[in-house]
Parts: sequence; C-alpha cells; structure tokens
Amino acid sequence: MDNKDKLKEVVNQAIADQQVPHVKLKKIGPSSVNIDKLTKPSKETHQEYWGKGLTYLAIGLIIILVVSIIGFVGYHGLATFTNDHVNIFHFLTSTDWDPGEGKNHVGAAVMIVTSFAVTLLAALVATPFAIAIALYMTEYSSKKGANFLQSVTELLVGIPSVVYGFLGLTLIIPAIRTLFGGTGFGILAATLVLFVMVLPTITSLTVDSLKAVPNHFRKASMALGATHWQTIYHVVLRVATPRILTAVIFGMARAFGEALAVQMVIGNAVLMPYNLVSPSATLTSQLTSQMGNTVMGTLPNNALWSLALLLLIMSLVFNFLVKLIGKKGQK
Amino acid sequence: MDAKKRDKLATIIIYILVGIVVLILAGIVGNILISGIPHLSWHFLTSEASSYQAGGGVRDQLFNSLYLLILTTIISLPIALGAAIYLAEYAKDNWITNLIRTTIQILSSLPSIVVGLFGYLLFVVQFGLGFSIISGALALTFFNLPILTSNIEEAIKGVPQEQREAGLALGLSNWKTIRGIVLPAALPGILTGIILSAGRIFGEAAALIYTAGQSGSTINYADWNPLSPTSPLNVMRPAETLAVHIWKVNTEGIIPDATIVSAATSALLVIVVIVFNLGARYLGNKLYRKLTAAK
Repeated sequence: MDNKDKLKEVVNQAIADQQVPHVKLKKIGPSSVNIDKLTKPSKETHQEYWGKGLTYLAIGLIIILVVSIIGFVGYHGLATFTNDHVNIFHFLTSTDWDPGEGKNHVGAAVMIVTSFAVTLLAALVATPFAIAIALYMTEYSSKKGANFLQSVTELLVGIPSVVYGFLGLTLIIPAIRTLFGGTGFGILAATLVLFVMVLPTITSLTVDSLKAVPNHFRKASMALGATHWQTIYHVVLRVATPRILTAVIFGMARAFGEALAVQMVIGNAVLMPYNLVSPSATLTSQLTSQMGNTVMGTLPNNALWSLALLLLIMSLVFNFLVKLIGKKGQK
Repeated sequence: MDAKKRDKLATIIIYILVGIVVLILAGIVGNILISGIPHLSWHFLTSEASSYQAGGGVRDQLFNSLYLLILTTIISLPIALGAAIYLAEYAKDNWITNLIRTTIQILSSLPSIVVGLFGYLLFVVQFGLGFSIISGALALTFFNLPILTSNIEEAIKGVPQEQREAGLALGLSNWKTIRGIVLPAALPGILTGIILSAGRIFGEAAALIYTAGQSGSTINYADWNPLSPTSPLNVMRPAETLAVHIWKVNTEGIIPDATIVSAATSALLVIVVIVFNLGARYLGNKLYRKLTAAK
C-alpha cells in the first residue's frame, strides 16, 4: 500500500513539474495510470517463473529418481541381513550359494570373485589397445584416419550388448572349446566379449585426455631434440595419466555392470572358477538368470537383491574413484 | 637400443595394435551382416515368432521395439530438456550444482540391470502394472535420462553467448530468450542427441527383461484402439523386443533355428543402429548448415 501511495505521489509530481507543454501528461492523468499493473510482476517475470519452475521440476525428478533407486535397492538388499539374519561377513566370503536351503547357504564370494576377475582382465586387455588407438588418432594419423577410427569406435559403442553376447556364443565359445577343451564357457569368454565392449569407452575418453594436453608441451619437447616416441612417453602420457586412469575406471564400471552379454557366455554355474575356462557366474549373470525364478520377499529373492545392492555400491565406488582421481589430477 | 630405434619400434607397435582393432571390428560387423542378412527376408520381418518350430519371424518384436522407442522418447524428452536447460542456463557454479551433476553421473553409470530391477520393483510389483510396455518404457526412461540430458546440455552450451545477450538486450525474459533463441539454435545438436540415444534404447535388453517381460501376447494388427487388450497400441500388454528376443532364444528358447533367428535379428539391430548413427550425423550437419548459413 505504501509503495502505491508513493508511486501516485511521483506521478502527480511529474505532472506538476512538466516543462514540455505539447506532451499532454494531464490528459493521461494520475487516475488513469494503472498502479496495479505497474506494481505487479510483468508478463515476462511470470514467464520466467514458469520456465524456471519447469526446469527445477525436471531436475528434481531426476534427483528423486536416483535417491529412490538407491533407497529401494538398499532396502531390499539389506533385508537379507536384517530380516533373514544372514551374517554379512559370511555373505561376502562363503562360496556356498544355495539360498533356498536357509541362511547358512547364502555366500556370494563366487559371484564377487568372478565379477572382479572379468572386469579387471577386460580392462587389462583393453587398455593397451585403447591407448594405442588414442595415440594413433591424436599423435600419428591425419585427420581422415582419425575420423575413420572415430566412427569405428562409435559403431562399436552402438552395437547392442546382446549382439556381443550372441557373437561370443557362436564365435568365441566354440573357438575356446577347440583350443582348451571343456565347455568353452567361463571367464576367458566373458573377458573377450567385455574387451570389445569396453574398448570404445576407454578409447574415446583417452582421446579426450590426449587432446587436452597443450600443444606447446609437445613442441617444447621436440625442440629439446626428443624423438616422437620420447615426447609421447615422457611428456604427453605423463600429463594425461590421471584422465587416462579415469577412462579405464569408466571402462571397468561398464564391464562390471554388463549383464546379458556376460550371462550368455559365463556358463551360469555358481562354482569358484579354478581356471579361465571353467563355467562360473557373475553378480549380473546371477541376477539376470535367477530373478524370475524366486518369489518376492523370500530369502532366495532377498539374497538376489543383496547382489543388486553390491552392484549398486560398486557403481558408487567407481564414481567415487573417478572423482578422487579428478581432484588429484587438478593439483 | 637408441632413441631412434625405440621410436620406430613404438610406432610399429601402435600401428599393429590399431590394425588388430580395425580387423576385429571388421570381423564383428562383417560376421553379423554376412551371417544375418541372407535370412532377413520379408517373411522374417512380417511373420510371428514361433515358440518351438523353425521358421518364425520377428514381426511383433520389431513393432514392440519401435513402440517402446517412441514411448520412451516421448516420456524422457521433456524431463531431459528441462534438466538440461537448468544445468546449462540457470545452475550457478556452487556445491548444489555439483551435487546434481554427481547425481546424474551416478545414474548414468548405474548398471542397466539394476535400473531394470528397480523398475520391476516399483512398477511391476509396487504399482501392480505387471510386465507391460509402460513399465518397460519407464525403466528405459530412467536408463535414457542421464545420457539424453548431457547430450542436450552440450548442445545448449554450444550456442554462442552473444545470441543470449542479444535476446536479453531486446528486453526478452530469460525464459523467452531460451525458448525463442537458444533452443532453435541448439536444435541440430539436440536432434543428434535424441537419435544417438534412440540407438541405445533400441538395443537395450537388460533393463527390459524384468519390466516389459520376456514374452509377447497375441496382437491383432487390425485393432488400433489403445484400450483393447489385443491392440498393438495397448500399453498394459507384456512385450518382447528384438534385443530381448535374441537373448531369449539363445538362453531359454527351444526353437531349432535359434542361431539363424538370432543372426538375422542381430543384423537387423546393427543395421538400425548404423542407420541411426549415420542419420544423426547427416541430419545434424544439414540442419546446422541450414540454420547457420555455413558452408
């Protein structure tokens, strides 16, 4: 109210003070000035509120989604330990997986070991290849060659994971069977399938990291008389190391969470893998193949949710590692 | 060994490794296409899948894949667009924004099977929707949101700052500037992002086996009433997509020609993905040229 009165005063003052006679301010008059319109938010401000509100809503939805995923999976995953009283230590270290038999038969060590084995092996095989391609694209080849490899990696990303699984089933498994005997299913087959799947992830992130190395570093090194390889090895790779590590971790996160392709070639037997060609099971493969066979709320089902929780936690750990390395790299 | 020899050796090794990867890729794509395309007949595309005999097709799976793709895009696009606008235009550089970015990154790195199981828990069990297209589409939305959001954010950030300033100088509100100036300018990038994410949705299976289900229902293609139970548009029916079909016939199926069916389906999937990739690039370039008058 106070503001409105002030505004009226100002309008009256302006009319009294007016010096230019041909502007007929009096005709407009203080009474016809719509004070309400002047003091209320304009149409633009309303639009702004609406637009901003919509974007806040969208971002809020995504956050609620992530929180509820963690909440729901956490709640069901912990039920094994809180409701069914399975010992967490036993769960992590025992190799006896037969949840239908009661709480002393819920040991996930086989799945944990196999999951980590395939992930580490796939990253180990893929990283040299990824770095070689990235170096070729940024340091060696012409723009045409780099573009070609770029589309090659994009295509590799685009091929659906079941197709990789199917190829593993029809090409890799028979090859392993003839070379090493046995069924062919196992860690080796899963590693080879995952190698192709994580290769493009690691490659494209490594390319970014190499491109981020300032060009004058290379020139300075060359000016000192270093060879091309010396420049790459002692300067470029050194500078890019933190981000290359990040790339490898992203690749590992993808390998760890990959479900169907691995499930198709791992063999799906909950047995401790004693070599690379014996059938085993990963966290994801066990979830994929068993979730449909259990009844909601029973111990076998809760045990599977605990595996899902483990996957979720590992995914968070990978994220955390990436952040940690990112922070170290900035220093 | 002196430095020069080392340099040569390193170069040779890098070339060999690159050569191996190119060969592997050529082998993969070649194998999929060569073993699959001969079986990709009109009959295969237009006949029903069989459950135990040879000679089934993928008509329903193909339709389901496309339908899920469209539904997912319709649901996820507004949310991703809003979130991307927030991140690119409104978000301040502080800890809240950082937290939001971390959240989105977490969502994008969650294993798709975990996202699928969450969808199963929430929609199939909790909301009682059962194995249905709508459950699948929502699970795929979760899976799709982070990638689509960051693609669109990149596109919006690529619009020069001067264009925003020009809009604001004309007295437009921030929102009007975004809607009338920034979004049209970012459209090529946004479209490319949508198409690329569409390729991912089309091939996704892990998030679907426990949400959209692993079996189809009888579909009557003459009935286009979305509420009727046999209509292809009904969102409450269980649906098996192409990618799930490949998985299913290889792991649990008993049809004698599983290899042929999966080879042909794989070829179909890969061809669609290639078309999406090329389409995204072509459309992006063309729109960019049209909107910016660049040659």
